Parts: sequence; C-alpha cells; structure tokens
Amino acid sequence: MSTKDFDWKLVLRSGLLGGAIAILLSLIGIVTGFNETYIIYKVITFGELLVLGPILAFSFAALRRTSSSDSGVRFTTGALAGLTSGLVLLAFVGIGQVINLRAVFVNASPDLYAMLSYNQSLPIGMLLRLLVSGLVGLIVAGFTLLPTRLKQALGQGLIYVILIGLMGRLIGTVMTNWGFVSLLFEWMFASSGMSFLGAIVLFLLVGGLAYWRAGRPKVKPRLEPKKQQTVRWATLAGVGLVLIFLPNILGLWFSEILDNVGLFILMGLGLNIVVGFAGLLDLGYVAFYAIGAYTIGVLTSPELGFFNLTFWQAFPFALIVALIAGVLLGLPILKMRGDYLAIVTLGFGEIIRLLALSDWLKPWLGGTQGIQRIERPVIGLGNFTIELISQQQLYYLILAGIILVAFIAFRLRDSRLGRTWMALREDEDVAVAMGINHVATKLTAFAMGALFSGIGGTIFAAKIGSIYPSSFQFLVSINILSLIIVGGIGSIPGVFVGALALMGLPELLREFAEYRYLFYGAALVAMMLYKPEGLWPEARLKLELHEDEIPPPGDPVPSTEGS
Amino acid sequence: MFRTARQRITFSDIMVWVIGLSIAVVVVWGTISTLQSGKYSAESWFDLVIKGLALGGVYALIAMGYTLVYGILRMINFAHSEVFMSGPFTAVFLAQALNESGFLNRQPLLSILAIAVVSMLVSMTIAILVERVAYRPLRNAPRLVPLITAIGASFFLQYTFRGFYGSGFEAYPTIETLNGSWVFGGVQLFKTQAVVIISAFLMMFLLYAIVMWSKLGKAMRAVSEDKEAAALMGIDVDKIIVFTFALGGAAAGAGGVLYILQFPVVHFYMGFIPGLKAFTAAVLGGIGNVPGAFLGSMVLGLLESVGPNLFLDGLGIPTASQLKDAIAFIILVFILIFRPSGILGERLTKSKA
Amino acid sequence: MLKQKFAALSLVLVASLLFAACGGGTPAYGGAPAYECTDALGCVEIGPDDPIHIAYALVVSGPNETLGIDSRNGIEIAIADTGGEILGHAVQFDGEDTGCSAEGGQAAGTRLAADPTIVAVIGTSCSSEARVAVPLFADAGFVVVSPSNTAPDLTEPGNANSYPGYMRTAHNDEVQGAVAAEFAYNVLGVRSAATIHDGSLYAEKLQEVFAESFAALGGTVTTQEAVDPNQTDMSSVLTSIAAGSPELIYFPIFMPAGGFLIRQARTTPGLEATELMGADGLFSPDVMEGGGAEIEGFMVSSPLVQGAEYDAFVASYEETFGTTPISIFHAHAYDAYMLIKAAIEAAAIVQNDGTIFIPRQALRDAMYATSNFSGLTGNLSCTPTGDCADPYIAVYEYHAGEYPPEVIWQP
Repeated sequence: MSTKDFDWKLVLRSGLLGGAIAILLSLIGIVTGFNETYIIYKVITFGELLVLGPILAFSFAALRRTSSSDSGVRFTTGALAGLTSGLVLLAFVGIGQVINLRAVFVNASPDLYAMLSYNQSLPIGMLLRLLVSGLVGLIVAGFTLLPTRLKQALGQGLIYVILIGLMGRLIGTVMTNWGFVSLLFEWMFASSGMSFLGAIVLFLLVGGLAYWRAGRPKVKPRLEPKKQQTVRWATLAGVGLVLIFLPNILGLWFSEILDNVGLFILMGLGLNIVVGFAGLLDLGYVAFYAIGAYTIGVLTSPELGFFNLTFWQAFPFALIVALIAGVLLGLPILKMRGDYLAIVTLGFGEIIRLLALSDWLKPWLGGTQGIQRIERPVIGLGNFTIELISQQQLYYLILAGIILVAFIAFRLRDSRLGRTWMALREDEDVAVAMGINHVATKLTAFAMGALFSGIGGTIFAAKIGSIYPSSFQFLVSINILSLIIVGGIGSIPGVFVGALALMGLPELLREFAEYRYLFYGAALVAMMLYKPEGLWPEARLKLELHEDEIPPPGDPVPSTEGS
Repeated sequence: MFRTARQRITFSDIMVWVIGLSIAVVVVWGTISTLQSGKYSAESWFDLVIKGLALGGVYALIAMGYTLVYGILRMINFAHSEVFMSGPFTAVFLAQALNESGFLNRQPLLSILAIAVVSMLVSMTIAILVERVAYRPLRNAPRLVPLITAIGASFFLQYTFRGFYGSGFEAYPTIETLNGSWVFGGVQLFKTQAVVIISAFLMMFLLYAIVMWSKLGKAMRAVSEDKEAAALMGIDVDKIIVFTFALGGAAAGAGGVLYILQFPVVHFYMGFIPGLKAFTAAVLGGIGNVPGAFLGSMVLGLLESVGPNLFLDGLGIPTASQLKDAIAFIILVFILIFRPSGILGERLTKSKA
Repeated sequence: MLKQKFAALSLVLVASLLFAACGGGTPAYGGAPAYECTDALGCVEIGPDDPIHIAYALVVSGPNETLGIDSRNGIEIAIADTGGEILGHAVQFDGEDTGCSAEGGQAAGTRLAADPTIVAVIGTSCSSEARVAVPLFADAGFVVVSPSNTAPDLTEPGNANSYPGYMRTAHNDEVQGAVAAEFAYNVLGVRSAATIHDGSLYAEKLQEVFAESFAALGGTVTTQEAVDPNQTDMSSVLTSIAAGSPELIYFPIFMPAGGFLIRQARTTPGLEATELMGADGLFSPDVMEGGGAEIEGFMVSSPLVQGAEYDAFVASYEETFGTTPISIFHAHAYDAYMLIKAAIEAAAIVQNDGTIFIPRQALRDAMYATSNFSGLTGNLSCTPTGDCADPYIAVYEYHAGEYPPEVIWQP
C-alpha cells in the first residue's frame, strides 16, 4: 500500500461530515423518535439506520473520490472514514456527559446517549459504537470492490428492504383488503418492520432479479408497428380497467389519498396553463379553489339557508363566479411582470381567505365557524340515484373531472391560443410586436386557470362536507406550484406525476408523524437537484435546457457536490 | 414600458383605472369618515404611527435579504423567512443564560450586542448553507426551479429547528433599561420603539453604504448587472453570491434582534409571517433596490398598524383589524397598478423581468 | 426502467405468495375462543400476547402542533404511569396527524377508521377536525375522547354534529364562557367589556358565549375584535378597543398571540389599567414568559389542575420531554387516557388463556357511566351526551414570577 494514494484530508473531511450529520439527525430527534420503529424486527431500527446512514454515505463518497483501486488503500480509507465519524459521535456523547446539552437541545436526552452506546455501560457502549462505525466503513469499502453487476444487485436489494420495511404499516392497510394475501403480509412483517425471514427473502429476490437482469443484453427486440399499435391499445385498456377498479382494490384509505391527488391534479392542470403555458407566476391560485368551494357552500348549505340548491344546480354558478374572479384578478396585473405579478396574486389569495374568515362577512360566509352540511352531488336518473359521499364514490367524480380537464388542456396546448400563450411566455415584447393581443391572451389564461381550480374547489367542498377558511392557506398555492414544477413545468403528464409525488408523498410519509414535513422538504430539494427539468418534462423545454448545457460558460462545477 | 408604442387606450386600461379609482375612493372616504367621527385621539394616532414604523424597521432588515438575492440571482429566496427565524431562536438561549447570571441587566448594551452577534452569525451560516446546498447546483436551471428547492429548504429548516429546540415557545427575558417611555407634551414615546426605529435606520444606512461604496458592494452590483461581464472583469461570481447571501442573512439576524425587542417570544414557526411581509415590502418598494426595500417596509408597517383603524373604521366594518393584511395587499395592488415595478423600482427591461 | 421495476415488484409479490402458501402455516383461529361476541358493535379480540391498540388523532405538525404534541405527551405519561399495560396487555399507542383542519381530519379519520384493531381514539385537537373525523370513528365503533374540542355542537343532543361514542374531557364553551361572564359581572363588578378571538373555533365560540352572557347580565360589550394567531403587532386592535374604553378585555386565545396582547395592552394609550382576562387556553407556564412583567394581574378561567398529583405529572413531563408543558391540554389528555383505561377494565371480558374481548358498545356504555372519576382536571363525570369535564371552573390571577397562578375565585 502506497501512502501517496491515500488522501488523509478526504478521509478526515468525509468522516467528520458523516459524524456531524449523524449528530444533527440525533439532535433533531428523529434518531430517538424512531428507535422503536423497526425496519427488520429485532435486527435494526430506523433510528439506528439514521445514525449509520450518514456514516455509510460519507465513507462511500470518500471512496468514490479515491481513484486508487488497490484494495488496501480502499479498505483503509473506508475504515478510517467510518472510525472518524465514530469518534465524532464519541466526542458528542462525551460532551453530553459533562455539559447538560438538554438545556438547549431538547432531544439530547439520556435516551439518545443510551441508544448511541447500544444501552451498554458508557465505555463498552462507545467502543462498540466506534467498532460498528469502522465496520460500516470497511463494508462499504468491500462493497465498492465488487463487480458492478453484484454491486447493483446488492444495492437494490438493500434499498427495497429498507423501503418496504419502513412502509410496513402502510402496506398492511392495503393488503388486508386482499383476503388471502393478508396471510403473506402476516408472514413477511412483524409488529413493526419486516420479519427477519421476510427481509432475507425479499433481499434475495430483489437482488437476484437485479443480478439476473443486469446480465441480459440491454437491447429490446422492437415490435413491428402493427403489433406496437395493439400493445398500445392493450396497455390503454389495462390502465383504464385499473383506474376503474382502483378504489376497490386499494380500499378506503388509499381512495382518500387518490382523491386528494386527483384534486391537486385538477388544479395543477389549471395552474399549468397559467404558469406553464402563459408564463405568469401565480402564487395565489388557492383563491379560485376557495371561491369554487365557497360558492357551492353558500348556495347549497341549509345551515346558511339562502338558496338551498343541490350540488349540480350550484355547480354552474361556482364555475361562473370562479371565471369572473379570474378575469377580475387578471385585469389589474396585465402590465406587471415576474415577481410583481407573483406578489399581487399572492395578495389576492390572502384577501379571499381573510374575507372568508372575517367577522364582517360572517352572516354570509360563516367566518371562523365555516360552512357545514354542504350538499353532496347526486348522480343518476329517476329512482336510481346515488349520493356520492364516500371517498370511493367521489373518486369517480374526480376521475371524470380530470379526464375532461386534461382533454381540454391537451387541446388548448395544441390550439392557436396555446401557441399564443407560449409565445407570450417566451418573450412578451416580441409577441406583442407580432400582433398578439396580450390582454385577451393573458385574461383567457387566467380565466381557464380559475375555472379548473374552481372545479377542484367544488369537489373539495362536496368531499369534506364542511369548509373552513383555514383550508385555503397560502401553502395550498405553494403546493400546487411545486407539483407542476416537480412534474416538469408546462408538461401535462408532468402534472400527474408531480401530483402523485407531492401529494401522495406527504400521505405516505404519515409514518413519520410530526417529522413528515422534514422528510418532505428534504425530498423536495433532492428531487429538484436530481432532476431540475422535472420528473416528466415537456419535450420542447427539455430540449432547450440541454441546448444550454452543451457549451457550459462559467458553469459552477457540479462535481464538487459531495453531499 | 412600451407606452409609446401603444398610445391607444383600450377597454382593459379603463377597467384597470376603474379598479384603481374605486380603491382610492373607498380609502379616502373611509379615512375622512374615521377622522370626522373623532373616535381616536391624536395620541392614539401617534402611538400607531410609531409602532408601525418600528414594525417596518424589522421588515426592512428582512427585506434586504430578499432584495439583495433577487438583485443578483433574480430569484425569490423563500427560505429567507427561516434564515430570519434561526438567528433569534438560537440566541434566546444566550439571552436566558445571561439573564440567569444577572449579566443581562448589569450590562444591557453589551448583552444586546452579544445576542445580536450570535443571532447574525447563525442566520448568516444558515443563509450560506442554503445557498450552497439548494441553490448553487441549480444556477443554470429554469427560473422557477430554485423557488421549489427554496420551499423545500424552508420546510426542512423549520422542522430542523423545531427538532433542535422543541416545538414550544421560548421567551426573551425583559431588559429593564428598555422598559418605560418618554413623554413629550401629552404623547408617549416608548424606549423600545425608539431604539428599534433608530437602529433600523442606522443599519439600513450601513447596508446601503456597503452596497454602494464598498468594493464588495460594487462587485455585487456589477454581478447583478451582468454576470458574464463581471466574470470577465475578474470578479469571482460565486464568491460574490456567497457574500450576498451572507449579507442578507446577517441583516435578517439583526432584524431578528429588533423583532425580539418588540415581540420577545420565539418559536420555530415565527419566520413565516414576517418573511412573507418582508417579501411583500421588498416588492412594494421595487425589488432589487435597497432604498426601495426600506421605503416599502416602512409603508407596509404603517399600513398594517394605521390602516385598519383609519380606512375601515369609518366605513362601519366590524373587526377591522382582522382585515389588516387584506388592506395592505389592496393598497399594494393600488400602488402597483400605477407603478407596476414598485415605488422606487426601475422600469423593468426584458432581461430583468 | 419503471416498467421493469414494476415487473420485478410483482414477481416478488407472487414469489412470496408461494412461500406463504408453502410454509406460512395456519395463523390464529386455532383453538376456537370460548366467548361468543354478542355486542351490537362487535368485539375487539386481543390474543394473549397481543397489545391493546389505542390511537391518537391530534395535530402534531404545522403551526398548531404544540396543541397536539402537548396532548400526546400527556397521554404518553399516562401510559408510562400505568406501566404501559391495561389488564396485563401492553398498550400499542400510535396515531395520525390531523393538521387542525377539516381535510386533515378526514385523512386521519379515514386512516384510523380502517384499522379494526383500534379500541379507542384520543382526539381530535380542533373542533373543525372533529366534525369530519368523529362520524368516521363513530361508524368504526371506536370510543373517541377529545382532550381539546370545545365546540358546543359536538355534544349537543340532536345536533347533526354529535355522534355516539364521542366524549371529551375539555370544557364545553357554553360552560366556560358563561362562568367567565358571571365572574366578570358579579365578582369583578365590571360593566363594560371588549372581546378578542383569534379565528379559531374555540376562541370565537367562547367569546361569543361570553358576550351573550355578559350582555344578558346587563353589561355592555363595547367591541368584538379579532386577531390572527400568528400576529405579533396588536397595536391596531388594541387602539380600536381603547376607543370604547371598556373595563375588561376578554381574550380566550392561545400563546403566543395571547402573550403579545398582555404585553402590548399595557403600552396602549387608554388601556393601562383595563382588566385583562383569558381562558384555559392561556393557563400554562409559557404565559408567564410570554407576558413578561405585564403578566401581573392577568386573569384566566380554568378547571382546577393544582395539587400534588399535577406537580408529579409536570415533573415527569419535564423528565421525559426535556421541557415544561408546551401547551394546555396535557392534563385533559392524561385524564382521557385514564378514563379509557378504566372503561376497558370495566367492559373487557377476560378469558383464562389471557385472551380478552372488548365489546365496543359495552365499552361506550362504560365510558358514559363514568362518574366521580378523580383525574388531574378534577372529578370527572360523563353526561349522556359526552361531556366528561368537571364543571367546576375557577378563576386564577397571575403574579409576576409565580407559577401556578393564585386562585382568586371558586364557584
């Protein structure tokens, strides 16, 4: 082993960072918070994984930057990086014994120290911790020496075990609907996390599969065009069937998630027209959602007793009111650009919420106490009618809404109007010079966006049955904006993917209770760093982005990103 | 903008004017009837104005972070409200320790300075970290992408600090020197407010001086005009951007100290509202413009504290102060209708919009 | 790539199915239990080694989270105090975040209602959640005990928002608002008052009840104002109140807005000597810090939660969570758990092998039958409509540097 291949600084830096992040996670409280959440029952908890994870990640990062392929160098690098992290943890526990860190950091509890030293007496426990950290580094080093095919297999197996172990409770809620499959669930999962045997079987299966697949040639045999057509129709029919039976397959709880995702798809499609197509940054989109919901509420609720309409009688009014609001908002901001537009729309959203909340309008809008007993939509004719109440029933209403709105959005995008919007987005001055009527164009964009959001609002009101001003916070606008950008701005399929990722994710993250927004925030950053153009970018935009990337002028070197 | 190219007055222009005019009429009418009713004494109005200015001072220092970053990167740094929160939320433990040892009231000036230094350092560090992790890798990405990482970072920071210090509230101890007030001919001026307003003025002047006259400030402005050209002139763009974030962060930390002098309770969610308000103020004044941010903040602070009583009371609207943000935003719309790029904002050219 | 992953996943599923079929063995239902469940709502069967599942539906994230986290902490201490066991079975305690919103209540409610192992739910935090989530829980046959819902309609007989199986240890606004008004008019002797709420259902209802009762007694309500829970600068609202020069300001809101009101009222011209009064939402150590020196003389109405038992509770709270209680309904939540525990012990049918059956309707009946249960928040008795709180409300006065505040009036 030659010393010159060995990079002391790199090892030290990675080790320190790994240890520091492990301490950070400990102080946030998630380490002790998940100390009883098993990934594999009685083997490893999520809390322990959160301590070892950063150590593992940073020894891996150190090893990736080590060019030497000499196994001695690699093992030393890994082990020393791990040991350094372990030492940092050791120092942390040591400091914690002397100074009462808990006066400032509430989570620096005796439980944390006990957990970091494996519930052993301090010297033995810390020695153990140090050894485990070093071992993690060693294992990572060994891992990097394996052939690629095996590495992929092992890595995938591990990731699947962790994810499925974490989601045990969630998977349980679905699988109990499936009769005999629930037996499988009982076998694979323990009261918390996976059973040991279940984890091993899953690991071997996923790993084996990945290994087998990596060995196969990459090139897929192309089908002839005619068959391709058949396959496409078959897939479409399959997807259609699945969509129809989805609520029954997944059960009530997942239908609730689906409904929420669906509502946000509806609104995302609308905001995508405003922001994605026309390039107008709207931060107050929740206003139209609220207007849709409140119009339905005021017109149908017997509690207020003004009109007592049915849902469907009130529905067109809600759309008209939303549309008018869209135009009214559009007018004053015609001349504003960029962030001035953003702040005025944001203000509009807040004004609507504050008016709904105010005691001034309480006799009409319910104020703080909201509007209750909103009529549910009834469908059917004559004697055969169903009132849509449960999430499983409302799913179909939402699905129908999405299909309609997505169809309109697709047609609009390819229409003359759609091209005008995009011209405006690309360069307003040039577009106006080319004879585009920017007033009409912008106003139609706002009106369409408001309309779609209004539809979302009406369904929301019907779904919950009661509305409160607190449901229409600024955060809702931010969520919708986030989902269209995460999906890929301007892209219609992107809205679907984005809504699934952003609205589905927090629901799935419920496992993390009060920490879910912590993970949500981290996931949001990670997603955008990993795929800045979005998960399903619009083809044209993607092209432009990559065109930019070919000559990188003064490009901040991304390779320095270690974390 | 392009008014010369299109002199024709269109229907939409008329509509916009009608909206603007109706806002003006309602505001003026409300003001006149409030003043005529004589419900509030001159003393009350003075009190409201002073409190509004003190609030504006806090907004101004937070708004600096938005406006500086916007000037350089043309992006809204949504995580800035958390940058603001991190400083005072951390420094509270120093203040409590100082209070327990009795140092706080023995050496109030030194103590406040120490609290300010800690608050500024923490906010600065967080600002630099956010830039490094969430913005720098995305410098060439579409404009809205850093907005999303900013929101993600904002969530992450909120819940990180909540994890650190708990989700309860922490209170700053009372600084006895700042208790009490001076009375001039019937009107009362509270020491806290006076100190806050004067410090805000001084700090804003200092920031202005840094941006206008220091070498780094000049480099900042050069980068904000044209990144490529600045790089060709030998300016290290990355370094300047980090400096900008650091300066904005430090200003937010200082704003945090002014905040806790008036509102001495801190918690992990405290950054959200002041952050939003400061952002509004920065836009109101003309985003990217330092004196604009100051002016916008003062106007917003005044609108919030004087607005509800002045404009709505006379109209007979109950619980007027519940609508104070609504008033602020309506006036914002009114101002932006007639000055679409803020009070002091430059006319935006295409490249900056 | 995505397709391949799906394929892999389904393969895994199928393969593990085979495994299950071969080596899974027969689960449960081996020896048929001797007990036949005849309960109208069915029974929860708990095997000899299975835990008893009690869930929470509280707001544990977002701006209102202190409310729910504090309640959850209270429950965790209750569980620890009773050895983590009911009838020799371990207690499994988990739950869902409700976000203090109707939609959050629906999501959490749907999730929990889908879990048939749950015996009882402690929640919800906010009344808006309750109106959506309680029907779901009621359908699932759970017992629901809320530590902090105060809206009167939730337990009003005949109201569409009141459901069987729903109980609360928090005070009905009707009770507390009326007591506060009575105290203000008869004991303090004030004849004019202003009220402030913060847009929460709790505060809005409470001040409304106060204002009605106060007016009925013959007092004048000068103004009814409102603030935002995250508002810090109260100058405009206080100035507006000062214009009517009331003798008392009643603001049944929460921290931190309540603390700012206390501080800033004293520095508002015209309000230097006005009496300030809050409700149990401002009965916590935080208020001491938030109010600073201006806390002197600030009054709150609240149930009696003093005594050695409460002190011991606070001590173990600090020990476990590293802070003093962060909000106010921890004691109510503690009592909620204790009520449920007592009811389970009363209603459960224990078999010789350790299996227990909990008949759901019988459990509800046992809950409703609670009377004179000695808890941290007084002597609890449940009415047939589900109000379990001790109707005994006292008025306290804060003094700077002194916690808990002094009792100045008892009915």
